[in-house]
Amino acid sequence: MDYFLQQLINGATLGAIYGLIALGYTMVYGIIGMINFAHGDIYMVGAFISLIGLMVMGALGLTFIPLALFLVVLLAMIFTALYGWTVERIAYRPLRGSSRLAPLISAIGTSIFLQNYVQIAQGARAKPLPPMVRGSVDLIHTGNFQVTISYLQIMIIALTVVLMAGFTFMIRKTSLGRAQRATEQDMTMASLLGINVDRTISITFIIGASLAAVAGLMVTLYYGVIDFYIGFIAGIKAFTAAVLGGIGSLPGAMLGGFLIGLIEAFWSGYFSVAYKDVGVFAILVLVLIFRPTGLLGKPEIEKV
Amino acid sequence: MTALRLRTELVDALIAAFVAALLALPLLGFKLTDSATGLSLDYRWPLVGYAAGAVFTGRLAIGQLRHFFGARFDRTRGQSDIYSADPGRARIMFGWALIAIALVLPWLPFADKGLVDKATLVLIYVMLGWGLNIVVGLAGLLDLGYVAFYAIGAYAYALLAKTFGISFWLCLPLAGLLAASFGILLGFPVLRLRGDYLAIVTLGFGEIIRVILQNWGEVTGGPNGINSVPRPTFFGLPFSAISPTGPTFHEFFGLPFSPVHRIYFLYYLILALALFTNIFIIRIRRLPAGRAWEALREDETACKSLGINPTLTKLAAFATGACFAGFAGSFFATRQGFISPESFSFIESAIILAVVVLGGMGSQIGIVFAALLLVGLPEWFRELEQYRMLAFGAAMVLIMLWRPRGLLASRSPTVRLGKLAEAAS
Amino acid sequence: MNKDTLPQRILEVERLSIRFGGLLAVNDLSFAAHDREITAIIGPNGAGKTTVFNCLTGFYKPGVGRIRLTHADGRDYLLERMDDFRIAREARVVRTFQNIRLFAGMSVLENLLVAQHAALMRASLFSVAGMLGLPSYRKAEKIAIERARHWLEKTELIAAADEAAGSLPYGAQRRLEIARAMCAEPVLLCLDEPAAGLNPHESLELNELLLAIRAETGTAILLIEHDMSVVMQISDHVIVLDHGAKIADGSPQAVRADEAVIHAYLGTPDSEDLPPDLAIGIAKAGR
Repeated sequence: MDYFLQQLINGATLGAIYGLIALGYTMVYGIIGMINFAHGDIYMVGAFISLIGLMVMGALGLTFIPLALFLVVLLAMIFTALYGWTVERIAYRPLRGSSRLAPLISAIGTSIFLQNYVQIAQGARAKPLPPMVRGSVDLIHTGNFQVTISYLQIMIIALTVVLMAGFTFMIRKTSLGRAQRATEQDMTMASLLGINVDRTISITFIIGASLAAVAGLMVTLYYGVIDFYIGFIAGIKAFTAAVLGGIGSLPGAMLGGFLIGLIEAFWSGYFSVAYKDVGVFAILVLVLIFRPTGLLGKPEIEKV
Repeated sequence: MTALRLRTELVDALIAAFVAALLALPLLGFKLTDSATGLSLDYRWPLVGYAAGAVFTGRLAIGQLRHFFGARFDRTRGQSDIYSADPGRARIMFGWALIAIALVLPWLPFADKGLVDKATLVLIYVMLGWGLNIVVGLAGLLDLGYVAFYAIGAYAYALLAKTFGISFWLCLPLAGLLAASFGILLGFPVLRLRGDYLAIVTLGFGEIIRVILQNWGEVTGGPNGINSVPRPTFFGLPFSAISPTGPTFHEFFGLPFSPVHRIYFLYYLILALALFTNIFIIRIRRLPAGRAWEALREDETACKSLGINPTLTKLAAFATGACFAGFAGSFFATRQGFISPESFSFIESAIILAVVVLGGMGSQIGIVFAALLLVGLPEWFRELEQYRMLAFGAAMVLIMLWRPRGLLASRSPTVRLGKLAEAAS
Repeated sequence: MNKDTLPQRILEVERLSIRFGGLLAVNDLSFAAHDREITAIIGPNGAGKTTVFNCLTGFYKPGVGRIRLTHADGRDYLLERMDDFRIAREARVVRTFQNIRLFAGMSVLENLLVAQHAALMRASLFSVAGMLGLPSYRKAEKIAIERARHWLEKTELIAAADEAAGSLPYGAQRRLEIARAMCAEPVLLCLDEPAAGLNPHESLELNELLLAIRAETGTAILLIEHDMSVVMQISDHVIVLDHGAKIADGSPQAVRADEAVIHAYLGTPDSEDLPPDLAIGIAKAGR
């Protein structure tokens, strides 16, 4: 039982991270109907920028950790967003309106490029970081029955919930959100009605990338080690989360993220760590076969 | 006018350079160095300047080029532009010329062991590209896990040949069949999915196969793979210096022993396999099965309204494509003599897909060029190992921007009424 | 054609209903279509005409109802239970689409050969005989090409046989879609707004084409149409839908005079939103 609860907490933490990445997939897919294959690598870039940011804070002698973290989150979001914006501007925008395959190939190329760019710029070896946020709370502690949640885990889950709430509010209530939803429905019509479609899509990429940057920082702190290859698997899992939740749906992406995190934690906890990715993919296949619209997605009627 | 244009372009280039500097600042300006004492930070400010400078110059140059070439940079070409009623006599001649060059390549004066070996590698990708072309180019199904079938073929050959001592020529169809069965197994549940979903599921399948190969140590050898896979023989004659069981190739033909024999043999073997694949595709495109694949790519709903079973048709394409990957996998295993999961990562799938799409979907000759460009060319830059993949990724993006339909996208009809009328009169 | 024998009933739709969320798109609809007859389904936009077609051809599965198709040899097919591609292949109900669906990148001739897929596939022994180039397959392909040539001549597309289907002008694409459907040898041909977007001359030619198809093959034709000149001139039987329900059923003359039809198209006398084109269409046809 204690093991179960512990895995639940670990899974939820992992799920929060996947959920944040999944938001980027789901928003981009929603608005331009494309799998942004490079999004996982944007998250990896975010993780590296976060780590460098933390080191810079250290070099500047900023030792008050909450302030340092706050500044690093801000910087990582800004710089990663710039990467997201640039990728869209260079690799995707010129291909809008061409066949469905062209942007996907371009995205795969971008993904390969980003991975090798970071590998060359920062070296292939994994980068370790000593734990910065220490301490934990014993939720239950009686005899050898012990469940703990670390401050870091609390921070990750709380921050994710806050960001999620903020973005849902934005999409539902602001004019940017309205523009986004309009573009999603019909790009041509939206532009005829005076919505700047290019700008709306750019902003979508910027938001997606900055959320991925937050996820990148979280991963850096949580695992304490990153390398240039983390984006690939995390990207696929986050995409799985987005599909599981119902692609195009923001709450769905979050829900999917948490579920994938939980599945992974329990699979590694009770079955086998080696095959944990197999578990995630098996779930993906099952969801797509039995409920292709995902858990919270709207069903589509095929127009003939 | 020109002054104004120059000014806009300068401003534009300055903005681009500024963005480039910002992008370069965190990742190029700083370098994380890990030593025994932990992580430390190095500073490389000049790199940021170089990046900005390069982008500034590049941007200006592209602007000038675009102005100079004008309309040639227009990317938007319609469906009917890639269609040509003429089967392209020039292209057919060109195809034959390529085959002729491939046949005599090892005997050309400048050909050496290294070149033939590289050509063999390129031909593997040509064959894989042609195989995947059935799935992606003809049937329009986006398969990101094609490498899984390649892996199944390779492991099937290695295990069958090593455990049971079955010969290459018997293993080849078995490996193909096994890969095709896996294709059907995977395809059956997932082929109903929409295009992008299919892409992700096939990608997941590729990863599952790799994870299994990595972890199922008793059978696959785990991360260490399988060593000393039986090498090919010339109808039973081994290419080794001496053989305990009978005459070797060089003894039988009375030649001095040379390791080159095997390399040349492998080259002709893959050439034959690739040509077989090509003939198969050319023929099947003219048959109802092939036409149904193309029709499915064009409009699935219309296909259904004409009585074509889309699931079965897709399954056939998927299995056929997988079968050729299985063949290529067997060849890969016997060529290397050693296989491990490392050779079958996602990046391989991406390269094969890039070969197909960059070549121009459905274009057989285009795939040859794309394979030369993407696989052959980088082989000559082995020393620049780490920049190789960087350039590869960038090339994928740039070629898509330049020609979203691929290098040699073109399609001519598989049957022509005009030609039939000519033949009749 | 023998005018003495009563046309055989080939399609019978009974109590068909389908619901999308809160919308009852087709409501308790029953009608029949007969052999060698042209049956038109008309009705205002959103009346559920295309939905009926989608049920007939298996693209939608109706919630309630039975759709029975009877071949000349007496075999019955319950279409509501069949997969879409089986309906085309076995029951031989073949359709066209409101927004033309051709294989745009393939040639006109190839489009017509794809329509004969099932027969050719069998002749090629699932590609085996075809791969080997056996004479049995070559003969079957020759017959298929002859059939394609026949329908290309009928639709005046023979000169464009080797062009890409997508590059044809609009009217020719509409004709090609009909030719393609005919190559599938339908027992019931369902045409979804075949005259949409055609100019008056082209729509006159369409009338002749449809009459010729009926005269030559005896195929029953079911068509959805807005163009009243087509409906009134060539159809033997008109069914009027409004809000998913049938409001009239009979000969063109009878339907034209029907109170409920006029009401549905023109609204009540004090209604302000007249659909002008339809009003004119009805008026013209009535002249």
